[in-house]
Formats: sequence, structure tokens, C-alpha cells
Amino acid sequence: MTDHSDQQPSGEKRYWLDEPRNVTKIVWALVVLCAGLFFADGFYEKHAETEAEYLFGFYAIFGFTVYVGLVLIAKWLRTFLMRPEDYYDSDD
Amino acid sequence: MIDFSPGLILILGALPVPFLRGTVRSAYMLALPLIGLAFVFSLEPGAYGQVPFLGFELTTLRVDRLANVFGIIFFAAAAISILYALKVEDTLQHVAALIYSGGAIGAVYAGDLITLFVFWEITAIASVFLIWARRTERAYRAGMRYLIIQVGSGVLLLAGALFHIAETGSVAFGNLGLGSLGTNLIFLAFGIKCAFPFLHNWLQDAYPEATVSGTVWLSAFTTKLAVYALARGYAGTEILIYIGAAMTAFPIFFAVIENDLRRVLSYSLNNQLGFMVCGIGIGTELAINGAVAHAFVHIIYKALLFMSMGAVLYRVGHVKASSLGGLYKSMPLTAGFCIVGSASISAFPLFSGFVAKSLILAAAAHEGYTITFLVLLFASAGVLDHSGIKVPFFSFFFHDSGIRVKEAPKNMLAAMGIASFLCIAIGVWPGPLYAILPYPVAFEPYTVAHVINQSQLLLFAMLAFVFLMRTGLYPPELPSVNVDFDVIYRKGLPRLVAAFARIFGPVDQAGRSAMLRLIRTIVNHVYRHHGPGGALARSVGTGSMVFWAVAMLAGYLLISLTSF
Repeated sequence: MTDHSDQQPSGEKRYWLDEPRNVTKIVWALVVLCAGLFFADGFYEKHAETEAEYLFGFYAIFGFTVYVGLVLIAKWLRTFLMRPEDYYDSDD
Repeated sequence: MIDFSPGLILILGALPVPFLRGTVRSAYMLALPLIGLAFVFSLEPGAYGQVPFLGFELTTLRVDRLANVFGIIFFAAAAISILYALKVEDTLQHVAALIYSGGAIGAVYAGDLITLFVFWEITAIASVFLIWARRTERAYRAGMRYLIIQVGSGVLLLAGALFHIAETGSVAFGNLGLGSLGTNLIFLAFGIKCAFPFLHNWLQDAYPEATVSGTVWLSAFTTKLAVYALARGYAGTEILIYIGAAMTAFPIFFAVIENDLRRVLSYSLNNQLGFMVCGIGIGTELAINGAVAHAFVHIIYKALLFMSMGAVLYRVGHVKASSLGGLYKSMPLTAGFCIVGSASISAFPLFSGFVAKSLILAAAAHEGYTITFLVLLFASAGVLDHSGIKVPFFSFFFHDSGIRVKEAPKNMLAAMGIASFLCIAIGVWPGPLYAILPYPVAFEPYTVAHVINQSQLLLFAMLAFVFLMRTGLYPPELPSVNVDFDVIYRKGLPRLVAAFARIFGPVDQAGRSAMLRLIRTIVNHVYRHHGPGGALARSVGTGSMVFWAVAMLAGYLLISLTSF
């Protein structure tokens, strides 16, 4: 398992993104943006080709759900697919 | 008009490269694709460069709108790649890359199957040197596997072409469609090169093993040549819709858990090809336009992404997500260009992917392929994960790995800068791209609905990423490899051979021993009688011979006397 803690050399200048507080600000900005986009669905007329698209916030719900599904399924697939890095280099 | 294949500009143009040095060589190589571009723009539609061959007439230069789009983007990609690779001190790579890209362009302008085959094989053979040029054992092996599969595709193409020519009496490369043995074999040949599911692993196997600039070259030509060939020969072949949809979906699972970021991009490439294949399968004017437009923009942003990861590989020495992070501090420009590539491939509005992919999605929905449409939407969210977030996030941001390197060299930055500019320019102003597509375009990508829908899809997927990261559910990047279908021939087959040897080894051993024993017995027997001291080989002195001769004569005399 790789060490994922910050390894910034001491004495180097701190960047804006080095502050966890600022990262949280970005997250909140994204949340606000998402909320705005979700409710934007009420302000235009839909001319969709498929029925599902007429659902309020369809693309938002779809995007969130399949993304979580994809990542969790892929994570589970590691159980069967993951091998050590030198798997193909060894002759066994 | 001069009627020779534009591909020859790069193929023949490669020949003097070994004899040139320094600035002259750089200027010369950069001039080649620009001359090629000018040549392509001067071409008038029609068939030229006819050559008689075994009673058939080959058309080495067929000019039409479909060929020209690919001709333009291939020359543009060659120009960007040459700029990126300009400081590479390896003549072999330059020559191989020029011949390879020239081969792909020659194939695009081939009007018949034989010419297509010749250029098809040129791309296969020239490109492997971009992998071998890494000069490692791994690269050598991966290159060998790549070469076998690529040449195999060529052999299938030739076999299919011969069957097809025998059946129809025509060498022309036009719409083929499935149905006969010949066209089915050609379809398979194209499918290998296009990395159809189960025929795909040469891509993820070989591309990450190529050199820094080699992968940029490889990403542009081979698979898009296959997309062109499918669009030419199999437009509207329904099975391509399902093959394409499968291609968009399955590689993204692998991309999520892959650690080598150039391999992540290779899976992503495979997924992008799926969109194009799907469009070709749908086959309407809108869908074909979408597939071709997507190939066009994809070549640029995929090259851009491979260039940014190439720059990281060049400076850091590896592209393992598990031990990168925080590189934006030392490679800020590369990070910025990578983000442009990521936004383009994710198809954010105002970036090139958006104006191309929308055509394919619209065509799928319009033709009533609802499930396919939803699969493509799912895959679009998946693209956001692996190419949109994972590649830039785990290399340039996330936790600071403490790695401090120099920014990428100037020529690499220039190449990435031009590609980034094109990604944004096409995204903001798609008109010129739409104008060169095979069919007239009556499609407006920037409607309120399109922009909101796509933004919802992508931003909510980003929100899902944040949610998974903050809750610790997102799978950590681990030093590992994941087995894919190639485990069949990289591990399975060798194990099968070993098992075969284990089972039949003793039988074989016993058989050989028995046979040896038998031979030994015979030899011993022969030796006993004929060997030194054997009864039939004993040497005797001349005295005894005289004695026996006299004895025989005496016997003869005795018989003679008694018979009277």
C-alpha cells in the first residue's frame, strides 16, 4: 500500500490548494453549481427522443448513479482481476 | 494535378531523415506534414493514380470527402507529433513514425483492396519500431505480440480481399457489408485493428510500453485507420451498434482500477472507439458525420492526453498513479494542457468532444436505439472518471508525492499548446469541422437543452467522485496489474503448453526409453556377431586361408575321384 500522505519538502511555499479548507471551498462550489443545474431543468422546454429524458433532473440523477455504480463495481472487480505488478514478468 | 498518394510524402520523405542533423532536420520534418496538408487541400474529388496489376486496375488515389477528413487530421496529427518528438535523439523513431503515419494516410486514400492491404501492412510493420525503440525486454515482448496481431490483421485482410475479388471480379474498396466469406474476413481484419471486444488487448498491452513520443504517434493512426475503413466498408451494419456500445462500456471498468496512467488512456481510447463504431453501425448521415467528427476531435485530445502523460513519464520516469501526485507545482503548464484534454474527452460544452459526441448520441436516440443511447450515456459518465478526473487528478493533484521535476521541454509544451488550442477552438467554433464532414450538417450542438443536460451529467458525476473520495469508497490507486482477455494468450496458452508437457512428458519419456532399449538390444546383437571378435567379423591369417583353400581343393579332388 502506497503512502498517500503529503510529502511536501519543508520550507517550500504553500500553494492555495495545499490548504484543505480551500479544497472544501471547491467542493461547496461544485455542490452549489450542481444544485443550480438540477433546478435549471424546470426552466426550458424539453424535446427529448426518449421518455426517460422527460424525468425532472434525469441527466443529473443518471450521472450520479451510474458513476457511483461504475466505480463500486470496478472496485469489486479487483477481487478477480488484480495481480501483482510483475505478474506477467514471472514464468509460473 | 499530380496524382500520387499523399501518404508517399511522408513515406518517401522519411528516407533523407537519417542523413540530416540539428535544425535542418527539425525544419525538414516539420515541413513534410505541412506540405502534405497543402497537397490534400489541392486535391479534387475523383480517382487517380491507376496502376495495372495482374489484370486489375488499382486506384492508388481516391479522393472524396470521407478520405479527405481523415487525410487532414492525419497530417495535422503528424505535424503535432513531430513537434512533440523533435528533440528525440533516435533517428529510428523519426523514420518509423514518418513511414507509419504515411502508411495510414496512403491507406485512407486507397481506392482498392490491394492498395489498402499494402499500406495496412506498412502501418503494422513501421509502427512496431515505436514500441521496440523503448529498448527494454518488456517493450520487446509487447512489440512482438503487437506485431503478430497487426500482421495477422493484414493477412486476414488479404485473404478476405482475394475471396471478395474472386467472387465479384472487382478490387474496388467501397461499401462491402457482411454476408460473404470475403467481406466477413475483411470485417474481422478491420475489427482487430479497431480493437473490438476480445480482439482489443494488443492496444492496452502495447501502447503503454512504447516510447514517450511513440505512444502519441500510435494513438493517432492505427485505430482511426480502422474506423475509417469500417465507415467506408460497413456503414449501417447493425451489429456494429452493439459491438460499439460494448466497446464504450467494458473498458471503463478496467480504466477505473488501472494504475499505469498511459494504460488508463489506452482503455479510454478503446472506449472512445466504441462511440465511433456505434455511429458507423447506425449508419445514417447524422451518425456517420458524428463518427467521423468524433474520430477527428478524438485524435487531437487523445494525443494531447498521451503527450501530457508522456511529459510526466519523460520527467518523472514513470506514470504510476499510486506514486504520483502534486505535480502541478512543478509542471503547471503540462497540468493545464492535460486538463484541457480531459475536458475535451469528457465532452464539456465549449470543448471539442462535446460538438462531436453529441451527433452520435442524437443519432442513437433519434433512430430509437434507446438502450444503446443509455449505454453511451453511461460510458460518457465513465469517460469523465478515467480520463476526465483520474488522469489529471492523481498525477497533478491529490496528495503531494514530493516529486519535484522540471517543466516539460519547450517543444513538448508547444505541441501540447497547439493541441489544446484546437480542442477549445473546435469546441467553441465547430463550423469549420462540420463543413468538411462527409454529409451536410444540420445540427446545432449549443441548444439550452444540450448544454444543461450534458453539464448535469458531467457535474453530477463529478459530485459522485467527490462523494466517493470523501467517504473513502473510491478505490485507492494500487501498484498492480489487472488481468484482461490477454491473460488467455499471455498466461493461459503458455500454461496449457506446460500442462500438456507435464501430462504427455512421461508418456513421451517412456516411449523414448522403450525405443532406445529396443535399439540398444539390436545394436548389441549385431555387435556380437559383426563387432570385433564376433564370429562373422573375425580376421584370420593368410596361412589359415591357404590351409582352407588346400582343404577345399583336396575335398574337391576327393569328390572328383570317387565319382568316377
